[in-house]
Amino acid sequence: MVWASEILVSVLILIGAFFLVVGSFGLVKLPDLMRRLHAPTKSTTLGIGSLLIASMLYFALLRGAPSLHELMISVFLFLAAPIAANMIAKAYMLRSRALHRSLPRPAHGGEWATYLPHAAGPATAAKAKHRPDDAGAIRER
Amino acid sequence: MIQTACLVAIAAIAVSALMNLYRLAKGPDVLDRILALDTLVINTIGLVVVIGIWFGTSMYFEVALLFVAVGFLTTIAFCKYLLRGNVIE
Repeated sequence: MVWASEILVSVLILIGAFFLVVGSFGLVKLPDLMRRLHAPTKSTTLGIGSLLIASMLYFALLRGAPSLHELMISVFLFLAAPIAANMIAKAYMLRSRALHRSLPRPAHGGEWATYLPHAAGPATAAKAKHRPDDAGAIRER
Repeated sequence: MIQTACLVAIAAIAVSALMNLYRLAKGPDVLDRILALDTLVINTIGLVVVIGIWFGTSMYFEVALLFVAVGFLTTIAFCKYLLRGNVIE
């Protein structure tokens, strides 16, 4: 029974390390920021989840000291990673005016929600009222 | 066997940290560098968890939890600064 647990924990550790490497490799290899965001936010989070499951199984099965710390880490990380990725994507969209011009239009007309004046907060909405062509917080690079 | 798996995992995480450092040094935009720092923090969490298994102590979980919180707050603060010009308005 012990050897089965050891094999399970070892395989989970190796899977986690593999996905961490895949995430970082994608960060190096992919061509621009929007595509680069995919690698760390998905693959790396999966790798950390696998490592945390391995740690939980190791302490519960082989050490006889089950703990729930890892669950707390994984819940916090799974909440934090999409929010951080969303903030990075939003900052990237709002910083580049050339990107705004190159985006396709939304299917039902209008404007992407990130570029709407009220999406960036009341201070920018007031600023956009004076300069209606300057949508939101877009700045020249 | 677990010790061997931990060694392989530590080597793999070191390689991925080197790749993150490459992106941190090269990244054309400042947001690439923020993303590289975020990934570096997540790799460090993985390293801390693997070291916790290696030494067999549960002492390192608090370290990992602190790393998660600090890395998340740092990324959010950087992006907020780029979006609005200051962190706390």
